[in-house]
Amino acid sequence: MSLETILFYFFASICAVTSVLVVVRREPVFSALFLVLNFASLAGIYVTLYAQFIAVVQVIVYAGAIMVLFLFVIMLLRPEKEKSIFSGNPTLQKLSIGVGVLVFFQLIYIIIAGTISSGKSVAAEQRIRTGEVEFIGRELITNYLLPFESIAFLLLAATIGALVISKKKFE
Amino acid sequence: MNLTSTDYLNILPLLLVGAGILISLTVEMYSKKSVGFLSWFSFLLHLLVAYYSLYTVNNVSSVFGGMMGTGGTVNIFYFIFNFGAAIVALLSMDYIKKAEIYFGEYYILLQSAVLGMMLMASATDLVMVFIGLELMSICFYVLAGFQRKNVRSNEASLKYFLLGSFTTGFIVYGMALIYGASGSLNIQSIFSMLSAESTPILFYVGTLLFIIGFCFKIAAFPFHMWVPDVYQGAPTSVTAMMSTIGKAAAFSALLLIMLPLIGSKNPQTFTPLFTVLSAASMIFGSIVALAQTDIKRMLAYSSIAHAGYMLIGLAAANDTGASGIVFYLAAYAFMNLGAFGIVSLIEGNGDTEGTIESYAGLSDRNPLLAGLLALFMFTLSGLPPFAGFFGKYYVFIASLEAGNVWIAVLGALSSAISAYFYLRIIVVMYFRKSDVASDNIITESHTSLLGIVISAILVIMMGLTPGSIVRLINSF
Repeated sequence: MSLETILFYFFASICAVTSVLVVVRREPVFSALFLVLNFASLAGIYVTLYAQFIAVVQVIVYAGAIMVLFLFVIMLLRPEKEKSIFSGNPTLQKLSIGVGVLVFFQLIYIIIAGTISSGKSVAAEQRIRTGEVEFIGRELITNYLLPFESIAFLLLAATIGALVISKKKFE
Repeated sequence: MNLTSTDYLNILPLLLVGAGILISLTVEMYSKKSVGFLSWFSFLLHLLVAYYSLYTVNNVSSVFGGMMGTGGTVNIFYFIFNFGAAIVALLSMDYIKKAEIYFGEYYILLQSAVLGMMLMASATDLVMVFIGLELMSICFYVLAGFQRKNVRSNEASLKYFLLGSFTTGFIVYGMALIYGASGSLNIQSIFSMLSAESTPILFYVGTLLFIIGFCFKIAAFPFHMWVPDVYQGAPTSVTAMMSTIGKAAAFSALLLIMLPLIGSKNPQTFTPLFTVLSAASMIFGSIVALAQTDIKRMLAYSSIAHAGYMLIGLAAANDTGASGIVFYLAAYAFMNLGAFGIVSLIEGNGDTEGTIESYAGLSDRNPLLAGLLALFMFTLSGLPPFAGFFGKYYVFIASLEAGNVWIAVLGALSSAISAYFYLRIIVVMYFRKSDVASDNIITESHTSLLGIVISAILVIMMGLTPGSIVRLINSF
């Protein structure tokens, strides 16, 4: 077993266990902290896939900024009632477990039955280079120029929208 | 990547709308009383872009290294979006004063939503479909909640946002599976996969998720839960936009996926799925609309039924079906814009003002509006001389060509049911005397009236010369 495979199984098992824990913990703060661990192990998987830049972004943006925001929201809102969302509604609980199991086995079936395209085989140096910031930057302003420019308008609209919803003074 | 001068001319509609957004933003920042200017600016901008896209409809090309196409059906969609948006700008001018949302941001978001739709309709790459969809949806989420002091408007915005982001997840997951199966995001190369000997099951699962996501956006039956509340709660001018050109944009993305299938060896791959969705939407929409007492909710359920009729064209999976859908979308856009325009004039500020009963005796109080609303109701129900009839006619013909007879029969049956609730409004307007609702003041607005009359003229024109329009769509 190569080092890559060992690392993959290591991160993947952390990822799977923590995502279950996020759902089953009753205390929202614990769930949020397990989510941080989940994001960090995902970043590890990205590194084994030669996507260093995505891994760094994953840690900074998701595990860092967004999770701090999550914790602040939990701290300010104190969602006590949400702890017992299922206890008042056992049908909902059964239904969600049923749907979850269904989707799980469906995915297992697809993974076993499906033949994923092997893709192009690329040399290791080339694969390492594709994960670097320089390569991603060059792709963004050549092949992906149009999506890059359109995202600018998307962010502009989102900013204006957020300001209208939250800050606009209504006389 | 070098763009030639022809390329610049071909993408000029997008550049114009993009520049328009930036100009509006600058004007809004530096001027306190810019709303009046912005409304006319949006109207003229969208009218100009609509005219230009129809003028350059023959310039079929592919730009940005196969990221987007121009000309042909793309430009016809540009025309529908921009002309619709111009009418919405006219309808909004006085309405947003009445609804107390007289802000310049309204028009900036309106233009941004149109830019998103245009990006989506012209995309030939799944990345662009996603960005266009998000740009359009985010603007709609905000526009739906623009009346911040109104609880229903807040509810509409939140509901639309939560369910909308949930389905965006479906769409992105579908795209990821399609990419995993085919190794490409370009739609042409994805579908060249289909002609290969064996298509991986991942591809079908991905496409299925993609279709489910867009069925939410077009408001087809099992994914319609948000429609009545959002259409009722959002400001009426915004509802008019979401239900017409927003629906057209979502259909343009579905067509994008389905058009390459028509030429392939197995065009009817997704026919069973679309047939079931369309039958369920038609029957559900028509029957539930019968029980509605609020006109905006009734139009929302009728919008679900109309999504069902349009899906018949997708189920047929032939060229007649595709051009039928485009014709239907244009016809539906203009007749619904007109109907919502009249609703926006009649409704008051309270919560109870939108009931069908408040239309009693409208023929005495305002014969012109009553006549126009009667015309839109006739065309929505699909009576012959108007555009609505020919929209249904072309999708039914397409389905007969594909040998799918029973869905066309079901469509005709559902039209017959829906005629009841459309004609009920006409009966209420003409044959019932107003008793309580007479104090319901109708807003005087020349610009709204202009927008409604333009819609009416288009609906009549499309009903008189349907053949030439379908021939134009078919020629690409």
